[in-house]
Amino acid sequence: MSLILTEEQEMLQDAASGFLTENAPVSAFREIRDSKNPDGFSRELWKEMAAMGWAGIIVDEQYGGSEFGYVGAGVLAEQMGRNLTASPFFSTSVLGATAVQRYGTAEQKDQHLGSICDGSSLFALAVDEGPRHRPEHIEFSAPQSGNGYILSGSKTFVADGHVADKLIIAARTSGEANDPSGITLFLVDASAAEIERTHTPMVDSRNAANVKIDGLEVTGDDILGEVDKGYEALEGILSAGRAILGAEMSGSSQQAFAITTDYLKEREQFGQKIGSFQGLQHRAAHLATEIEMTKSAVLKSLQLLDDDFESASATCSMAKAKSGMTAQLSTKEAIQMHGGIGVTDEYDVGLYFKRVHVAQQMFGDAGFHADRLAKRSGY
Amino acid sequence: MSDLEQFRAETRAWLAESCPQEMRDGDITAENQCWGGRQWEFQSDAQKRWFEAALEKGYTVPTWPKEYGGAGLTADEAKVLTEERDRINARKPLSNFGISMLGPALLAFGTHEQKLMHLGGIARGEIRWCQGYSEPGAGSDLASLKSKCEDKGDHWLINGQKVWTSNADISDWIFCLVRTDFDAPKHKGITFILIDMASEGISVKPIVLISGHSPFCETFFDDVKVPKAYGEGNLSVVGEVNRGWDVAKNLLVHERGMLGTMSPLRGVKGPENLGGYAAEEIGIDDLGRLDDPALRQKIAEAEIDDWAYTLTVERMNDEANAGNGLGAKSSMLKYAASELTKKGSELRMDIGGTEAATIGPDGIEYDSLANTWLYNRAYSILGGTTEVQLNIISKRVLELPSA
Repeated sequence: MSLILTEEQEMLQDAASGFLTENAPVSAFREIRDSKNPDGFSRELWKEMAAMGWAGIIVDEQYGGSEFGYVGAGVLAEQMGRNLTASPFFSTSVLGATAVQRYGTAEQKDQHLGSICDGSSLFALAVDEGPRHRPEHIEFSAPQSGNGYILSGSKTFVADGHVADKLIIAARTSGEANDPSGITLFLVDASAAEIERTHTPMVDSRNAANVKIDGLEVTGDDILGEVDKGYEALEGILSAGRAILGAEMSGSSQQAFAITTDYLKEREQFGQKIGSFQGLQHRAAHLATEIEMTKSAVLKSLQLLDDDFESASATCSMAKAKSGMTAQLSTKEAIQMHGGIGVTDEYDVGLYFKRVHVAQQMFGDAGFHADRLAKRSGY
Repeated sequence: MSDLEQFRAETRAWLAESCPQEMRDGDITAENQCWGGRQWEFQSDAQKRWFEAALEKGYTVPTWPKEYGGAGLTADEAKVLTEERDRINARKPLSNFGISMLGPALLAFGTHEQKLMHLGGIARGEIRWCQGYSEPGAGSDLASLKSKCEDKGDHWLINGQKVWTSNADISDWIFCLVRTDFDAPKHKGITFILIDMASEGISVKPIVLISGHSPFCETFFDDVKVPKAYGEGNLSVVGEVNRGWDVAKNLLVHERGMLGTMSPLRGVKGPENLGGYAAEEIGIDDLGRLDDPALRQKIAEAEIDDWAYTLTVERMNDEANAGNGLGAKSSMLKYAASELTKKGSELRMDIGGTEAATIGPDGIEYDSLANTWLYNRAYSILGGTTEVQLNIISKRVLELPSA
């Protein structure tokens, strides 16, 4: 398979670019932020996205999806990264749809995939329990009780957790914290009385929540995947999430860099364009190179998710690491090369810097993934 | 079955039959590759058999037209051949500067007579070429070169000096940039000329590098007469007189774009798997991690960069095949590959510690990590320094303003 987009995927890219620059540009994101919109995104916009088939982008046609696969989802995420578009796309259409489509029973698919595709149901994935991503460190407890389980514990940084209709919770049904076995995924209604959600405003003005659950009784039907073997499913969902976050960060890197090179071509100091200074040129050329490397890494991980999902984990880690490093470099350089105005709220580059920081932290930063890779390779 | 699938099946069968087991180590180095040339002696029977089998199919230069010794493969077919060759880890049957550099320049700029005269010799491994570009006063500023070439009617007369001419001492011909007009702007007075190294007046002196070894030479031209025609028409000048810079520039872009999909981090001599080598040398702690956290981090990050680089070569090749030429983006690959190549040998030296820094009684051994590490400093200098690549990216890819 060629490491380039197909004609169909290119058409999706053009359509996404056109739609988002028109309907969800950075200025729209600013409006949501400044109006303190409690959802953190526009529900109108989400409806339109769903109508275009974006909400069900990875979902099979038989469930109402557009079956564009992870490359298709990455194409959209990249354009959202370029425009800083806020939407439930990542939590619902990537994490939620992956969880249900890959690990759900026939009943669960019938029940949930349709409402993901039409945009009517929002999902959120609750994994981490502290400030750093440690997916194997699960203390959230789900002891068996009669025919069911009782969920109790706390989750942090649940992206879109405050607006979600459904929560996917990684809980411990056996074993000890840090033990990959003994983890089970539960799919529950977010409106249950035992669930307390606290909106945690983030530096990137996106949405997350801390979720506290106190004695929620669930049944075996609420389990997603297999009991005690949820870690493998979690790995799959996280891998998809990492690749898509990589695509989003790749888009943000490209756009922050494009804004910056435009500025280098127009800003004058010492009687000349600052883009003529070799000190800046070489940094820009290095960054342009890193951005090209990142595009390849991201596309490869997306293609592998489509071709051979089970084997994509390491590749998704590498793509997340590479895109995270590049995105941080791109947005840091964007601020520095803009000089004083780069640290003002009026200029967009700071918004990219903040978003990329959170996306980098989410599901493991570059150091986390370098560590995973090393471990996997036996060093 | 599509034509391409058919071709893949045939290629696979041909490789299985024709490529000797010894040539399936995927490990091409300057020492073990098949260079060809008048002075060439095959290093093994397997190397000879593999070369001859490939030659018969035109696979020493698979994409060149059949009339010039190639197999006339399309880009897609050539990709299949490369993939199938890589699949069994087969070496290239023949590799040298004639194939990677002069051939493409002749195909683009040469006359039919020039192609007939030279391409076949390259394809058959009969003639080994070296490159005469740099001069003592013309390094990164290559266009300031001063080797003088005068028109003497039926021949050209050349006086001057070239430097960094790789393997000039064992090459048969040299492709050279010389100055034919000293009054024109520097880029407009340069001519691309082909010279037989056996010509009277050429002398060659090896250059010793910091490793104590060298593939490089200085090449001196003292009243060297180059016939304009070898029987018929002008055969020695490629392209037009005074327009040699265009040929050289095209060739440089080609050279940078030719970087293989081989991993720069691994594609140097020494242990391939950096992490495994480190684990062996340094040991593993109780948590299963390399017992040197800082080095571990550096290795892992280099592995990630290396992986992204090889994918980028693949992607850019695929884009080129789809009609989106690489152009000046080839400088990105050259830049990234050079830096990664250096990084790989630096890490091996760090892993090896004082043991890797220990040399033999007669100096640095040719086959040592230290030799590779020292030689690799040149990667970001030769073929256009890292700084020159960054200039090219700034100006030609990003179109940043000139001072």
